[in-house]
Amino acid sequence: MAAPQAIVIGCSAGGLTALEQLLAGLDPALPQAIAVCCHTGSANVDLMCELLAKYATLPVEEARERAPMRGGVIHVAPSGYHLLVETSRRFALSVDQRVSFARPSIDVLFESAAEAWREALVGVVLTGANSDGARGLLKVRQGGGVAIVQDPADAESPTMPTVALELAGADHCLPLADIAPLLNRLCLP
Amino acid sequence: MNSPAGKAKAPDTSLEDIEVELFVRALKLRHGYDFSQYAPASLKRRVLQLAHAQDTGNVSELTTRLLHEPGFLSVALEGLSVPVSEMFRDPDVFLALREQVFPVLASYPQINIWQAGCAHGQEVYSLAILLEEAGLYERTQIYATDFNEAALQQAREGIYPAREAQLWSRNYLAAGGRHTLADYYSARYEFIKLDQRLNRHVIFANHNLVTDEVFCEAHLVLCRNVLIYFSDPLQDRTLALFRDSLVRGGFLCLGTRESLDFAPSASDFAPVDAARRIYRLGSRSAGRD
Repeated sequence: MAAPQAIVIGCSAGGLTALEQLLAGLDPALPQAIAVCCHTGSANVDLMCELLAKYATLPVEEARERAPMRGGVIHVAPSGYHLLVETSRRFALSVDQRVSFARPSIDVLFESAAEAWREALVGVVLTGANSDGARGLLKVRQGGGVAIVQDPADAESPTMPTVALELAGADHCLPLADIAPLLNRLCLP
Repeated sequence: MNSPAGKAKAPDTSLEDIEVELFVRALKLRHGYDFSQYAPASLKRRVLQLAHAQDTGNVSELTTRLLHEPGFLSVALEGLSVPVSEMFRDPDVFLALREQVFPVLASYPQINIWQAGCAHGQEVYSLAILLEEAGLYERTQIYATDFNEAALQQAREGIYPAREAQLWSRNYLAAGGRHTLADYYSARYEFIKLDQRLNRHVIFANHNLVTDEVFCEAHLVLCRNVLIYFSDPLQDRTLALFRDSLVRGGFLCLGTRESLDFAPSASDFAPVDAARRIYRLGSRSAGRD
């Protein structure tokens, strides 16, 4: 299996707390490019980046249109826009209609990232109270990438992981505390 | 734990890409609308969305309809072009226009404003209301342009779903509105209709940023969240078009998440309020070569 080059993470209700824990557990040596789409808390993306940076072991910054998705950096989707990854692996934004009532939508990020990174992508679906992310995760798997879903029993809001498991299945389904160690194992050379 | 669902079989995504490319090609060859320089990821989503909305099994069916069905072009353009918008979206931007740009515009005897890519017109009416309240509207001419005729028609009419009114009213107040938004519209059933007097200094015109040229001399160009759909060369062409349309010292206002970092033409613009993406032409910032 090819080593992953990128990680996309999606979450909603309860997502900020979950992200704090997950990002705190990542090995600072991870070379992968990371993009995060969280429905909650991104209304002020500067504040959210600041908050996550307190916990994260890697630099956190807002994902900016046209900027490359850089290795070893955590890019956060701004609110009010969909975040997409072009096949050139640069970011793009759109103000198209909400998808699954959300903008930014996890599906939009995951689906475009799956086309950009194909089998070199890891998709992670965490806690959330809606069905966004399931279709995106399916596309990640169809492209040959790895799918990780938080165990619904362990999630603050189980809906999002449950729907993702039903539609896409997962290569790994485990409690939040075990996800960062798994990513470190999968992603370090 | 591994889920029982095995790996799904990889679909032939490249086939999808071929179909999208053929559709874009047909649009250009048959109707002269060139989307080839749009940012690919969101364009592809829109084409697939259009196929889904039209209930066609695949994009090739769209292409067939585009080639053979006379009325289908407007449906396709509507699907590909119109982003959702709201009145006074990003109220702080409109507040900044009111406080930082209008005082300069007030020094001109005649004010020309170009709103490029006006879509359904929400921002045109927002701008007209602000100018009215600043006492500048009588000497202002707004050119509101879009390449999508159906959208322009809707913009002229100024009829929007009533469910939007609450959010727009909040935005209006946050933008420094002096009355209530309800003073500017009449509500009927599920719709609101904006006071058509707000239109009295607006010319709605068909203009395509991809192919058309300078048509006016503007003191302010507003083009928010249009460039995000353009690939780098088209973005650069468009910025050059704005530059050539603006008077010296004229203002440019873009969407709050739009980036000029990859546009050579942007070197002509200096930030007035960088966070709100308000720039000024030709007033070089200090310390620049």
